[in-house]
Amino acid sequence: MDFISIFSIFVLACFVGYFVVWSVTPALHTPLMSVTNAISSVIIVGALIASAAAGSASSKWLGLAAVVMASINIFGGFAVTERMLAMYKKKER
Amino acid sequence: MHEVAPINPWVALAYLASGILFILALRGLSSPASSRRGNRFGMIGMTIAVVTTLITHAPWKSGDAANSYVGIDVTAMAEILGAIAIGAIIGIVMARRIAMTAMPQLVAAFHSLVGLAAVAVAAAAYLNPGAFHIADEIGQIFAVSRIEMGLGIAIGAITFSGSVIAFLKLNGNMSGAPIMLPARHVINLGTLAAIIGLVAYFLTDQSPWVFWTITALSFLIGFLLIIPIGGADMPVVVSMLNSYSGWAAAAMGFTLGNTAMIITGALVGSSGAILSYIMCRAMNRSFISVIAGGFGADDSGGGAGGSKEQRPWKPGSAEDAAFLMSQAENVIIVPGYGMAVAQAQHALREMSDMLKKEGVNVKYAIHPVAGRMPGHMNVLLAEANVPYDEVFELEDINGEFAQCDVAFVIGANDVTNPAAKTDKSSPIYGMPVLDVEKAKTVLFVKRSMGGVGYAGVDNDVFYMDQTMMLLGDAKKMADDIVKALSGSGH
Repeated sequence: MDFISIFSIFVLACFVGYFVVWSVTPALHTPLMSVTNAISSVIIVGALIASAAAGSASSKWLGLAAVVMASINIFGGFAVTERMLAMYKKKER
Repeated sequence: MHEVAPINPWVALAYLASGILFILALRGLSSPASSRRGNRFGMIGMTIAVVTTLITHAPWKSGDAANSYVGIDVTAMAEILGAIAIGAIIGIVMARRIAMTAMPQLVAAFHSLVGLAAVAVAAAAYLNPGAFHIADEIGQIFAVSRIEMGLGIAIGAITFSGSVIAFLKLNGNMSGAPIMLPARHVINLGTLAAIIGLVAYFLTDQSPWVFWTITALSFLIGFLLIIPIGGADMPVVVSMLNSYSGWAAAAMGFTLGNTAMIITGALVGSSGAILSYIMCRAMNRSFISVIAGGFGADDSGGGAGGSKEQRPWKPGSAEDAAFLMSQAENVIIVPGYGMAVAQAQHALREMSDMLKKEGVNVKYAIHPVAGRMPGHMNVLLAEANVPYDEVFELEDINGEFAQCDVAFVIGANDVTNPAAKTDKSSPIYGMPVLDVEKAKTVLFVKRSMGGVGYAGVDNDVFYMDQTMMLLGDAKKMADDIVKALSGSGH
């Protein structure tokens, strides 16, 4: 993809983010942070590419280290968000 | 425009799908009822992104003279899956064990990992640009990619070192007091200018020294930016670093031309920016002044000058509080971080359960900075089984104090101080506050009359006729009120 197409996606996604985040209820701002944390670890994609590629050993090991770090975030982030969200209960009537 | 490897449309669609699932994950958080489904969408999105990458970029053995095997490199694949498994175990154990009061530290720690992972990926791409399709045949990295990579590594490194400092401050390994270097603004601006200059120079010269100097300076500036920021401003800092971790992911997404990463980066970046804005507004601080640092430096501020006169105040007991609240029609509880530090949330919920049994209408009022990070107090109350439909945000409940019989303030101080509305000389002037002084009776739980809040200002609410000061540990006081309520024969 050329730069302009990518940039267009980026700008549009910023607008989507702006409106979606303002609609998040303030009561869930902490889970919002932990889940954004988990999803920003989608950089694991880059880490996987680096660790699978041939040609440079140091690049491969950096990639594997990044896979570990991103995985901690992904699993930890989603798990802690799930744990928090399970606590939010309505009044029993 | 440079030639890039042809993209399989199914692969591009898969990444787009995971980007959209991430949008739905955030969208789910618009109400607690839909939030868990949203979180599942997020997990599915991540699975799609990871599986797609593993399939399209599986490590490959193309065979040589000694070995004619052509296909997936099993050893390399096992290493990758092993790395994922190690991360999964560490992450899940951390998520299970963490105390809810320690959420800000955990989030700061996670941010630092995103930052460091971004640095590692950018470095890997620099060392092996061919694997990322960002270089020509003779290994010259494309110009656009150099800028993207330079920005990615700078933002990633700042996120990492900044988050480490934020973690140490929040976790108490490092004092929350600001550390003010002499001429720090000159040092910071100089470092920042050097990073920008080097990223520009990187366009003409891709030598290793340029790349690694950018990396080192970025680690340094992240550290320098956060050390002068005081503990009270940490909610803003954590939100800001959240934003940075998003921009780092977006920059890497540009390098790889990956829509999932770009959409996610934009979402997370905007999310963190909005949360920083909300936190700044809640403290009436400008973003620039938070970044400039130094707030909370003057610990002796409250007692300075000795001008504080001794004003009369009315002490009360747990029994008095129990009696007043059981006779009330409407009670609004105002919890602050002191309540969470004392671990009083369960006792507090027990107290409100007993009051509800007596027919009292109980609500909770939450100030945006009641906890240590955005929404923190809501999580702490949810953990104590307080139903979320009894918990209200400042703007939704402030009008109700005038009609309420008792405002029960526990572990909060500055967020109830009317000086923020009237006294232009007060350091907290202009900060939105909860109008507890309008309630018929104010019960104020506080450890002693000596200490003052973060901002070091005295609170007129203590000395009002309708205020009763309940001095003591928040948890013990709540327990005693529960005892008094159950002993009252109902």
